[in-house]
Amino acid sequence: MNRINKKLQEDKKLLSIYFTAGYPKLEDTVPVLEELVKSGVDMIEIGLPFSDPLADGPTIQESSTTALKNGMTTTKLFDQIKDIRKTVDIPLIVMGYFNPMLQYGVEKFCKACSEIGIDGLIMPDLPLAEYEEHYKATFEKYDLKMVFLITPQTSDKRIKQIDTASDGFIYMVSSASTTGKTSGFSNVQREYFERIDALNLKNPQIVGFGIKDEETFKAATKTAKGAIIGSAFIKMLTEKGIEGISSFIKSIRP
Amino acid sequence: MNYNVNEKGYYGDFGGAYIPEMLYPNVEELRQNYIKVMQEPDFQKEFKELLKEYVGRPTPLYYAKRFSEKYGTKVYLKREDLCHTGAHKVNNTIGQILMAKRLGKNRIIAETGAGQHGVATATVCALMGLECIVYMGAIDIKRQAPNVARMKMLGATVVSAESGSKTLKDATNEAIRDWINNPTDTHYIIGSVVGPHPYPDMVARFQSVISEEVKKQLLEKEGRENPDYVVACVGGGSNAAGIFYHYLDKPEVGIIAVEAAGKGIHSGESAATSALGKEGIIHGSKTLLMQTDDGQITEPYSISAGLDYPGVGPMHAHLFRSGRGEFISVTDADAMQAGLDLCKLEGIIPAIESSHALAIFEDRKFRKDDVVVVNLSGRGDKDLNTYIEYFKLA
Repeated sequence: MNRINKKLQEDKKLLSIYFTAGYPKLEDTVPVLEELVKSGVDMIEIGLPFSDPLADGPTIQESSTTALKNGMTTTKLFDQIKDIRKTVDIPLIVMGYFNPMLQYGVEKFCKACSEIGIDGLIMPDLPLAEYEEHYKATFEKYDLKMVFLITPQTSDKRIKQIDTASDGFIYMVSSASTTGKTSGFSNVQREYFERIDALNLKNPQIVGFGIKDEETFKAATKTAKGAIIGSAFIKMLTEKGIEGISSFIKSIRP
Repeated sequence: MNYNVNEKGYYGDFGGAYIPEMLYPNVEELRQNYIKVMQEPDFQKEFKELLKEYVGRPTPLYYAKRFSEKYGTKVYLKREDLCHTGAHKVNNTIGQILMAKRLGKNRIIAETGAGQHGVATATVCALMGLECIVYMGAIDIKRQAPNVARMKMLGATVVSAESGSKTLKDATNEAIRDWINNPTDTHYIIGSVVGPHPYPDMVARFQSVISEEVKKQLLEKEGRENPDYVVACVGGGSNAAGIFYHYLDKPEVGIIAVEAAGKGIHSGESAATSALGKEGIIHGSKTLLMQTDDGQITEPYSISAGLDYPGVGPMHAHLFRSGRGEFISVTDADAMQAGLDLCKLEGIIPAIESSHALAIFEDRKFRKDDVVVVNLSGRGDKDLNTYIEYFKLA
């Protein structure tokens, strides 16, 4: 069984962390990963940096720009993490934009992920229809779970389509925003979380965008299975470096 | 072969809507409604009236006698430079503002490079009394101060794009982010035939008034609707889409797209996407774009800010790959000289973008009785500083 599906069966709220590969320093990718695992996170999204990350706010874009300047590439990332399964056994997801994957070659990219032991992919700009028509078979051949996003504006009909197409979890974007934007959750978000919960989807939901501390983590996981922290983690990493990881994770889930 | 968009939003291999889910409801709403709205009689009536009374259409199809004599062929100039605001851009912003109103949107966002599309958007927002926010790269804001002032005078808010390379592609990213953050009340007026489906098709349809007029005007002047060639410069490609549109399916009409070679195709400072680009995804569309081997989008260069875009609209990528279009690239130096030549020969100061299209006659020879229509997409007032510096005119 894929590590993502297995993890989702555990009887706890999951904490997932996004970080940009090759940030703050090019060779920090593996040390950050290992420190996150030691700190007890449940799942990690490894961000493959892109020059034009449309869905991201300034924090993640700046970390991506730095990582690219540091020399990060798709080939470099796969090389850095080629032996990661010797030390890390939690689910690992690669999150990036579709163009670098397209240039690397979709099948070659999937094959490399599978050989490393990557469990899933998040490609925000690869939409459902394109995925199903052109790429689904390849992703499945390499047992990679494609994770789709839903937002407060996504219709119930489309949510159900996405639920049908998914086998893992649904990435529930907390509000109409780019990453790193919101400050806490309002009633609008709570109603949205409850509305989604009431749909009784077959895939559990993990909330992302706007999670930054214990309070927002708790609010997001009241109905959802887990939550993803990205921008707030990158900010911490910029300020405190790898040494700051364990106390940051403890502050989210004491 | 079909050169128009198919029902899935593709021109051959190119197009589609590679957008994050956050944009899906907006883009889908537009996709489901744009053709229906455009075909409504009162939309057509209002659109045509504004083009006539406000923009000043039809623009003349001018026989450039001395220019023709110089190059030994018959050259007509489609005078989009005489449109209100000084370029063809306003054809599209008029169409899209009417579209936005019918979709119930009251807040308008746009991206701009040199500021021409920003000015055209600010203009129609003032006309309709709608809020207008224009994203412009921090570097372009410095380079294009008069257009920034124009937009502000017209009541628009100009927001500096500080991310990435701080130019047009980043301004486009910021506009897209704004749309993600404002998903219900906002319409995004994209300025070219780029972006996710249905934008390339919608913008091409609004700009198609250019070739619709050429057909009628040429019939009067030459006794035939079809010229032998239509020529236009291509950055994203909206003026080209407009003048090509009604000739796409007429194989007897040659289609010539002129890209900016900058300092030379292999100089490392160029915007000749068909020569340097590879298939990929930019701003929600699968098309040809300039990128690294790793799929990072690279920064183009041209002396003309309007051609300084690392991609090209999917329609043009298809015209290139299918061989339907002839693609020529022109350097800064040749474009500047062609611009100055037109001033001296015809008393018309062209935009540097349009000068690229005029520059092909030096090397691309036409027969004596060929009828060649060049889209003179904009006027050169905005480029005076560049002309002055380049030719040391001051």
